[in-house]
Amino acid sequence: MCLAIPALIKLVEDKEAEAEIGGITRRISLWLTPEAKVGDYVLVHTGYAINILDEEEAEETLNLLQEIAELAEE
Amino acid sequence: MKFITEFRRSELAEGLISQIHRKSKTQARLMEFCGGHTVTIFRYGIRQVLPKTIEMVSGPGCPICVTANADLDKAIALTQIPDVIIATFGDMLKVPGSYSSLQEVKADGADVRMVYSTMDALNLAEENPAKSVVFLGIGFETTAPTIAASILQAEEEGIKNYYVLSMHKLCPPVIQAILDSGEVKLHGMICPGHVSAIIGSHPWEFIARDYGIPCVVSGFEPIDVLQCIDMLVAQIENGEAKVEIAYRRGVRPEGNQQALKLMGQVFEPCPAQWRGMGEVPDSGLKLSKEYQHFDAELVFDIDPGPTYEPKGCICGDILRGVKTPLDCTLFGKACTPEYPVGPCMVSSEGSCAAYYLYGEGFEG
Amino acid sequence: MKDKILLAHGSGGKLAHELVEKNFLKALANPLLAKLDDSAVFDFSGRLAFTTDSYVVSPIFFPGGDIGKLAVYGTVNDLAMSGAKPLYLSLSFIIEEGLPQSELSQVVDSVQKAAQEAGVEIVTGDTKVVHRGSADKLFINTAGVGIIPEGVDISGSNARPGDKVILSGTIGDHGIAVLSQREGLSFSTRLESDCAPLGSLVAEMLAASPNIHCLRDPTRGGLATSLNELAKQSKVGIKIEEERIPVREEVLGACEMLGFDPLYVANEGKLVAIVAAEDNDKVLEAMRGNHYGKGAAIIGEVRAEHPGRVVMKTCLGASRIVDMLVGDLLPRIC
Repeated sequence: MCLAIPALIKLVEDKEAEAEIGGITRRISLWLTPEAKVGDYVLVHTGYAINILDEEEAEETLNLLQEIAELAEE
Repeated sequence: MKFITEFRRSELAEGLISQIHRKSKTQARLMEFCGGHTVTIFRYGIRQVLPKTIEMVSGPGCPICVTANADLDKAIALTQIPDVIIATFGDMLKVPGSYSSLQEVKADGADVRMVYSTMDALNLAEENPAKSVVFLGIGFETTAPTIAASILQAEEEGIKNYYVLSMHKLCPPVIQAILDSGEVKLHGMICPGHVSAIIGSHPWEFIARDYGIPCVVSGFEPIDVLQCIDMLVAQIENGEAKVEIAYRRGVRPEGNQQALKLMGQVFEPCPAQWRGMGEVPDSGLKLSKEYQHFDAELVFDIDPGPTYEPKGCICGDILRGVKTPLDCTLFGKACTPEYPVGPCMVSSEGSCAAYYLYGEGFEG
Repeated sequence: MKDKILLAHGSGGKLAHELVEKNFLKALANPLLAKLDDSAVFDFSGRLAFTTDSYVVSPIFFPGGDIGKLAVYGTVNDLAMSGAKPLYLSLSFIIEEGLPQSELSQVVDSVQKAAQEAGVEIVTGDTKVVHRGSADKLFINTAGVGIIPEGVDISGSNARPGDKVILSGTIGDHGIAVLSQREGLSFSTRLESDCAPLGSLVAEMLAASPNIHCLRDPTRGGLATSLNELAKQSKVGIKIEEERIPVREEVLGACEMLGFDPLYVANEGKLVAIVAAEDNDKVLEAMRGNHYGKGAAIIGEVRAEHPGRVVMKTCLGASRIVDMLVGDLLPRIC
């Protein structure tokens, strides 16, 4: 459950922000992630950013999965 | 789209599927607790690509499905009070209560508005000062903090006509209840990714420690779920039982402290009725004393009438993972998405809806 | 003229005549309409295609169009889906009292431009005005006629195993563009409705091949519903591949946010064609050569297995059923 999608913060205004998901812009609340700043990717659930996404971890995960994929081909 | 498309790449899926097939030797039953995972699994046909050693069973992680009729009836009763606007997430509109549904009373003239966010509900309250806006608070630990934030915001901005009917529930207590019942033997748990984004991974430790069941926190893209299953298989084959996070980009072990703080400020645990499971202690949330003036249950005189459960509906058994929709005599006949009898068929992430819409067992 | 439409404008008297002359006649000028007879009279020979539709879209103005443009193109497209060359339309307005004149003029203007682009004439019409609350600003009803060229036989029951399924472009644009204007879902997007006339596209496809078996425009209910209708009518199975279906990033973003499946979102300027396999390259080329088909892609094929059902191959290589839309598309949190 809990549809939450990654969105890019373009603008911060007090406790709210403008966030973009694939060309769609929506006003979101930063009440749960007050430390979020412009340029961060956040997980948006029902209009609230519930966490800041860790891009490094995402890279690492994708690299790991790429290795697994290459192993499988051998 | 960043963080989405990369996690749907077919070559990454192939690699994981191949590895799972290679490593999985022991017969294992895995439960995906969360309805969002159920949707991913069915939508992408994940069951079809897994080896025969792995059996998947769906759990009660669909907040719509587990809302008892008694609670739904309260929400519907509120629509009958003059000058009340009900603001609700779309998921709730079609769910049948004992007598009616929000969609039906809306067609009869009740003021029911669908919103995407409590932010929209707060706007409704500001735009309609002569009316009371009651938000139907549904959802687990992912959603509850957003409702908590809306209450704190209403307090801060002096919005006096905003109320919440809290039907929020907590995940760890109900998982414990399922495991304690012993009805279904599990060898692995796919832990909810976004609930964990809020509460962290520590709350799942009791599952590994006290029940010896491996746990992995998973994201919601098909690659995420496959990676999670791969990690569970690794634990199972190594005879381990611990909590791991596959969804590392979205979940930290300590969770979101700010969200937990706001949730703790506004809510306190209480017993809650879970469809098919009766009352589970400390598994629900109610508004704490300091915020009681936002509590729709206390502020309004709600008279829902006696509760009535539809005959033949086995949603409860399905939610506990004891039966599948194919075991239900109503499935696909008296109970379809067009004419649903129980919430598991109505909710977009209910098991019955998933089986029906995605053709479970279909070989194409 | 007063600046709001009143009940009197629909009563058939002086105000009503004034409305027709100043608003409709001037903008939609054509010889048949100008006669102002109770019915438009014309000759034709050959097979006639005849369709009717009602338009109740809300809001009446949305990114990329309005209810007027939608009414013309929607009717034209229904005719085109039978292989007909669209000729004449009727247009009936049901106006809620209090609608600003300027909004009505804007809609009529759109109708005129759309009719011109589609190469059709509005030859007869009607206007009624109803009490406030009895209509949502403006409803439009249309009927349309067109001539089907000799030898053309297009029907939902003509699909055969082995045929290919071709989609003319991206899906979901219209539905999401309209949704972005709805209360309670506020999000902003550069996305516009794909509202477009498909008569010329169909004519070029027919010129490229006589073996076009089915045509359908996936409006309400989306691509999934149209494919299911074709599968049932022709009693065949249809298999499509998820990775081949073109979807704009903005549509994907909005669908992800709201929990929709783009397969069920409405389109107003797209068609799906079922074509004999040997001609699919020719038809695809013809489509891509037309402005309204430049994003065309082969998305699947027709088979004998699972008649009446549509199946989709997911990015994991597994298959799942794609059913018709059930009820309404509702955003979800879960």
